[in-house]
Amino acid sequence: MKEPEILYMERFRILHNDYEHGGDAAASIKSILKELGIPQDEIRRLSIANFEAEMNVIMYAEEGEMELQVLADAVRIVLTDRGQGIPDIELAMTPGYSTATPAMRERGFGAGLGLPNIKKNVDRFEIESAVGVGTTLRYAIFLNDRPRTEEA
Amino acid sequence: MKLQEIAEKLDLKRATKAFDREVSGVYISDMVSDVIANAKAGNLLVTVQIHNNVIAAANLVDICGIVVTQGKQPTEDVVKMAEKAEITIYTTALNRWQVATKLYEAGIR
Repeated sequence: MKEPEILYMERFRILHNDYEHGGDAAASIKSILKELGIPQDEIRRLSIANFEAEMNVIMYAEEGEMELQVLADAVRIVLTDRGQGIPDIELAMTPGYSTATPAMRERGFGAGLGLPNIKKNVDRFEIESAVGVGTTLRYAIFLNDRPRTEEA
Repeated sequence: MKLQEIAEKLDLKRATKAFDREVSGVYISDMVSDVIANAKAGNLLVTVQIHNNVIAAANLVDICGIVVTQGKQPTEDVVKMAEKAEITIYTTALNRWQVATKLYEAGIR
């Protein structure tokens, strides 16, 4: 099948320990999608996923890049990070499981809901990770009932 | 009910400029992942957790205001960030349970 046309693309850089800007990429994407007229509920779901994904890079990776791709019938995110990677993805996806440090918990993180929240709020979710190299998340929300080029 | 009216009824202290928005309900939590996943647009957030990531999360899901409990105070940069997002922050010496009961008494259901 032909790769669908990307109507809009933008990349956001995310740095380790940059709590000060935690949520900025998600906020920028939210404004872009609002301007493009994406429905509110879809923006909300994607914003939840983006925030969690962004905070994961800040807390657990060295650096990452969040790429927004807007298609006619879907919004896709590809988040690639360089960092420690995830040794056991199934475990990391288990609600309640967390490797958060006491400092992260003090800020209200470490509920073990980050990755589960992402998966729960998007329509397609893929995760790949290599220990000592990094993690790539690919997720997407589908827009309305138009034919879906995004379907696996 | 409007934010301002709730603030008056509960005798809350305002820490930011006032953005008088309609409150559609309340969410009480100190876990950021819980707040962003479960708070609804227009909710008033009651929490003891106040830093810029909480404001970012609150803004992403359109929380209208935040009540910070147990006498905790937002820092200056958090105040600025909240004002930019048009989120009003209030503070109180009360704890979350006390705030919850008072919100209920004030007629928030």
